[in-house]
Amino acid sequence: MNTPPTSRPAEESFAVRKATRPAWDVLSERALEILIYLCGISAIVFVLGIFFFVFKEALPILGNSHFSLTQFLFSDQWYPTSELNKRYGVFAMIAGTFSVTALAMLIAVPFGLGAAIYISEFCGGRTKETLKVVIELLAAIPSVVWGFIGLTVMSRLIVNYTGAPVGVNILNGGIILALMSVPIIVSIGEDALKAVPDSYREAGLALGATRWQLVRRVLLPAAKTGLLAAVLLGVGRGVGETMAVLMATGHAVHIPHGIFDSVRTLTANIAAELGEAPANSDHYRVLFLTGVLLFALTFIVNLAADLVVRGIRRR
Amino acid sequence: MTCTPTIAVRDLRLAYGQKEAIRGISFEILRNEIFGIIGPAQSGKTSLLHCLNRTIDFTPEARVSGSIRVDGEDVRQTRNIFALRRKIGMVAPLPVGLPLSIYDNVAFAPRCAGMRRRSELEAIVEQCLRQAALWDEVKDRLDSLGTKLSGGQQQRLTIARALSHQPEILCLDEFSIAIDPVTTMRIEDVLKELRRSMTIILVTNLTQQARRLADRTLFLWKGRIVELDHTDIIFSGKPANRQTYEYVNGIFG
Repeated sequence: MNTPPTSRPAEESFAVRKATRPAWDVLSERALEILIYLCGISAIVFVLGIFFFVFKEALPILGNSHFSLTQFLFSDQWYPTSELNKRYGVFAMIAGTFSVTALAMLIAVPFGLGAAIYISEFCGGRTKETLKVVIELLAAIPSVVWGFIGLTVMSRLIVNYTGAPVGVNILNGGIILALMSVPIIVSIGEDALKAVPDSYREAGLALGATRWQLVRRVLLPAAKTGLLAAVLLGVGRGVGETMAVLMATGHAVHIPHGIFDSVRTLTANIAAELGEAPANSDHYRVLFLTGVLLFALTFIVNLAADLVVRGIRRR
Repeated sequence: MTCTPTIAVRDLRLAYGQKEAIRGISFEILRNEIFGIIGPAQSGKTSLLHCLNRTIDFTPEARVSGSIRVDGEDVRQTRNIFALRRKIGMVAPLPVGLPLSIYDNVAFAPRCAGMRRRSELEAIVEQCLRQAALWDEVKDRLDSLGTKLSGGQQQRLTIARALSHQPEILCLDEFSIAIDPVTTMRIEDVLKELRRSMTIILVTNLTQQARRLADRTLFLWKGRIVELDHTDIIFSGKPANRQTYEYVNGIFG
């Protein structure tokens, strides 16, 4: 406002600079463009790279005459170190992964989305800040600590209150995983709700909607993509989490019949056995193949979600 | 139909933090009149409407004093804010199409008020879209997203939405800002129809629009009332206040 009038020469030099952009300027912009491009495609390169190396380690087993892919996928017999009768069936672990993840999501999704809606729309000022800090703190707890809680505190509670013979089982793992996924679902879900423009809220409320009607009819539809992403990241954590479920689910290779059965998950199996499997042995390669399987599972989950989101958008 | 005022404003003051937006105004709006509010930017027109349906509550630093009575009930002490907002239809200057289908946009308020029957909803949606001069353009694609309409169409969608809960009072805040003159005229004709069943508050920067439509016009400047009188007096050669004359004739500035 109060700057003195600029002198003539300064104005002229500005005009000149604007007319002819120096070559350096053009070049640096081009360089920046290339740099950003590389950052962009690096994600694809890394994903493909990881897939390639894991697959490379696993590949020889597929040509091995002792190994059958059908057995790998559909047999529940896992005897990798047996002298007489080696069996590499991971079906029980697929079932374990699915059951623990499903239970965890059954608990975590309603809680997580509910908390995200509460924090974003219903609570004010100080409560909001406190809750956000505490939830972020929850997200920062290392998974091995969660596993420890599952192994000691949770398993004792489960044995005491349900009368289950062992405390480390699907219920335990599901609860621990849910507690681990909730912070992710909450913080990403809250971001998604926060991204809905305030003008939508004002328009909705000006039309006489109550807060809950506003949430249900305006905010949830407007934020559905982000909320779905929040849930998916939660599922991703569930499928991929290793240490906590290794400690909390009992590590028994066994197709579960109820939530009080102990199970082993695909991830826990890799973590527990890879260190002991001799490099390049069949056992070692099968574990890598399990990694490929996990990779495929998460890929399918993401793809399905992507299709769902697209479907929603098109409507 | 009575001659009692629908809205009675008494010594209304509003400040955003230190900045005073409305500095003590009092006036009454009669039932079934079209009440024009004119005035330059920052004169407090939009803030006044926000006070009326209590959307001012969304601005944390706003402080309000004085009273606004709608049908005798003080809006600042109302027990049922949702009923109040349903009574008042509000059209904002920049269209906000909710991210829903065109149909759901218009059916939003009736649904919130508890209407469930499909036939009733369909009738309301069609009637409101017709009133907002939008029906013919969108009748074949009611299920496409409201946010995909053009700016002018979205503005008419917000008008349809404001009508959808059958308000007693319709507030239009610069509704014609994004609409072409021909459509504006069509909507102005609709407003002349609607005044039989509701009170209309027309905030506008187009002084000629107030002249065409309003029964009485309020000239607001820097949060104070300069003049309030019948529109033909405001726009005559000799309103009570010299400032008014200069403003409506484009001398003021």
